[in-house]
Amino acid sequence: MSATTTATTAFEEGLLPTLTALLVALVAGDLLILSYGQSPSEVWRLMLSGTWGNAYGIGQVLYKATTLVFTGLSVAIGLRAGLFNIGAESQLAAGGFAAGVLGLLLPESLTPWLAIPVCLLAALLGGALVGVIPGVLRAKFGAHEVIATIMLNFIVLAFLNWAISATGLAVTETLHTPVVLTTAIPRLAAYVPMFHGSAANGTILLALLTVVIVAWLLFRARFGYELRAVGLQPLAAESSGIRVPRVWITAMVLAGGIAGLGGTNFVLGYKNYFEDGFSGGAGFLGIAVALVGRNNPFGVLLAALFFATLSQGGLAIHALVPKQMVEVLEGIVILAVAVSVPEVRRLLRARPAKAAATTPVKA
Amino acid sequence: MSVETSPGPFAVRMSHVQKFFGPVQANRDASLEVGVGEIHAVVGENGAGKSTLLRVLSGMYAPDGGTVEVFGRDVTGWSTADAIAAGVGMVHQHFMLVPTLTVAENVVLGREPMTGLTYDRASAESALEKLSRETGLACVPSRLVSELSVGEAQRVEILKTLYRGAKLLILDEPTAVLSPPEVDELWRVLRTVRAAGATIVLVTHKLDELMEVTDRITVMRQGNTVTGMRTSETTPAAIATAMVGRAVRLDASGMPIGADAGGPPDQMIISSAHDRITESLPADIVSAPAPTPAYTDTPRLRLTAVTVAGSRSKTAVNALSLTIAPGEILGLAGVEGNGQTELIEAIAGLRAVTSGTITVDGTDVTKYSIGKRLAHGITHIPEDRHARGLVLDYSIADNLILGRQKQFSSSGAINRARTLAFAEDRIKAFDIRPTDPNLPARALSGGNQQKIVVAREMPADFRVLLAAQPTRGVDVGAIEFIHDQLRAARRAGKAILLVSAELHEILALSDRVAVMYRGKIVTEMPRAAASEEVLGPWMTGAQS
Repeated sequence: MSATTTATTAFEEGLLPTLTALLVALVAGDLLILSYGQSPSEVWRLMLSGTWGNAYGIGQVLYKATTLVFTGLSVAIGLRAGLFNIGAESQLAAGGFAAGVLGLLLPESLTPWLAIPVCLLAALLGGALVGVIPGVLRAKFGAHEVIATIMLNFIVLAFLNWAISATGLAVTETLHTPVVLTTAIPRLAAYVPMFHGSAANGTILLALLTVVIVAWLLFRARFGYELRAVGLQPLAAESSGIRVPRVWITAMVLAGGIAGLGGTNFVLGYKNYFEDGFSGGAGFLGIAVALVGRNNPFGVLLAALFFATLSQGGLAIHALVPKQMVEVLEGIVILAVAVSVPEVRRLLRARPAKAAATTPVKA
Repeated sequence: MSVETSPGPFAVRMSHVQKFFGPVQANRDASLEVGVGEIHAVVGENGAGKSTLLRVLSGMYAPDGGTVEVFGRDVTGWSTADAIAAGVGMVHQHFMLVPTLTVAENVVLGREPMTGLTYDRASAESALEKLSRETGLACVPSRLVSELSVGEAQRVEILKTLYRGAKLLILDEPTAVLSPPEVDELWRVLRTVRAAGATIVLVTHKLDELMEVTDRITVMRQGNTVTGMRTSETTPAAIATAMVGRAVRLDASGMPIGADAGGPPDQMIISSAHDRITESLPADIVSAPAPTPAYTDTPRLRLTAVTVAGSRSKTAVNALSLTIAPGEILGLAGVEGNGQTELIEAIAGLRAVTSGTITVDGTDVTKYSIGKRLAHGITHIPEDRHARGLVLDYSIADNLILGRQKQFSSSGAINRARTLAFAEDRIKAFDIRPTDPNLPARALSGGNQQKIVVAREMPADFRVLLAAQPTRGVDVGAIEFIHDQLRAARRAGKAILLVSAELHEILALSDRVAVMYRGKIVTEMPRAAASEEVLGPWMTGAQS
């Protein structure tokens, strides 16, 4: 098989279902907009100009995408290991909480060069702590990770709510901790004035770095080779001597840690305090990001930008159509991706293969 | 195309059928004619397009070209529902039964006799008993399907199609999962069904089987039907030649003879087993296959009173002891489900041993992890290559290093260049086709997939090979090749435990044959003393 056919196959298998899904969502969006008596082209134009059309919009999209990159990677790592991590929401919150609390504990005189890494590490560990529980439950007791992570979402989010409101951690009358300035990650606006006012901050560099590291881990490292084997064919992995339960636990620790790291985008990069409920569904949206990104780190990056654009665009088009429209669109994209993967494959199979002559048939 | 036409009315007439799967052309120009009341075999190597052709016939696939006629009616592109209504029933290679329901419930499923709104168990069971009496297919209607052996489950599948009034029975590799007594039973059943007026089309790899039971044969190669013949007028050698497109050497039972057969005889004494294999063959076909006699050295593999729990029994393997010497193949015969799987899994480290010890070259490995056993030279060709042998979505290269990925990594990363170089070497050495190491294993035929597993599990430095059904579902050419590899490993002083549902295979390769029955080795004999007649009663427990 030549390089071009391999590339064609990769395109058909990887990108085509996603593009089809986006097309379906676009058409559905048109119909929705028409049902409000508005012009689709006008609404789409407004959405683009409100997001990628000005520096503030771009900054806001980048900020929202940053959290989604972390939660999307978290879900993608789980799926690559054959685990469906529904717990990115609470892992994200726990990571943010750990970073926020540690920021309060550190002496104010501490240099940011030390304070920020310490808080990042705390976020990583906070998320990993929530991730390891379903990992161990799965590995040792066979408890299904979907159930365990869903239940942990309730437990952890309720615990954080208690921890902040009942222990005196919170500023009176609010549900957020006092501001910590020593650990603030600089805003992009500090270096690029045009981003002024937007929440985009240095965490985006951490997100990009994480994408590259996760891609290397999954597709170049021995660890990823073993992790993907476990996800694809656990019995074959077991027979080859890979310790499947150990891989499950490691994958969940990693998934939880990366989601937890995402919490720093809000806590260290934006508000400089931990606020109850800051995760706001970004963990759950991570599932959609991973699905649309086909569990590929770079795909996750693109999908995170896409969903962030939709989310920010919803605010821009609010004058013409309800911003809830973008939530409907999100739902349609997720459904279409979930459905189109096998559907598109079947379509491709049914198509008489013109390429048959150039491709070796089973020997 | 020189497919000889059969006389009389046709049950099936497929002409110039084409079927594509993406870029793969499974059927190029396939034609099949089956007379009413015939037992007709479609044979060919893996990937020749046999199953596809029969699935087109049974309505599972719509053809991309050509026509299908059944009982004189053009039914091209019909659905499985149409096919069932027209009396065409397919028995699949993998059974489609509900394990938690009883035999009777499975047979009547979809056409349950009802009393008002409730399922009428009594009349379902009596209807099945009646059908069972008429056809001679024995079954206990009230048993759960999950309790049945593979052979019994298959009988239920056949009963199910007959219950739906099948006049044309299609069987996809019906014997792949059966033990020899069950195979004989199946032939009896098929003859009974034919006597009752049904037509039977079956797919098989096994030449001796089709000689025994079929009336006519259609041979497929690379998606084409290359020839049709009357069974009584042909020979296994002629069929094999038509299948492979070149001459293949066969032994008396239709198993291919290894290429090392033609080489110089080993320095060891040639046992009388060799004479038994070759005496019935013309001298120009086989010169000197060289099974070696058992050594007296310290055994490479020794099991002492090993007990292993299975999923249903606490003693799936019951205080079993065995030894295998360097350069020895021990063939473990037995009806499937008598503890062979559990025994292999216990030695490989996949299943815990309740009591007893396993030693390899004197080292006690009983407590070793799977990975440590592998490092100690215990390798394993698993019986289910799709679940245990391969990561189907991994490339050929990635599959070839599975379990040894550590040796192919430096500072935590897999070394691509080294992996690819290794893969190219193995692909050449094991004649894996297609030869592109980046192709996913899924894209390969069963025989070539199995060659990946065999290539991986037979590195230069292994000590003990656990070969479970090493040639199951593999075509003649690949069987020949894999058998050669096993013989070569024996010459190199390896110890091989061979478990096979194919008595022929065990007899063709083993130096010693042991029979496993209900978790124990009930008898053990040198190859020279073993034959199907001798082993049969031990396998079924008739002798003990």
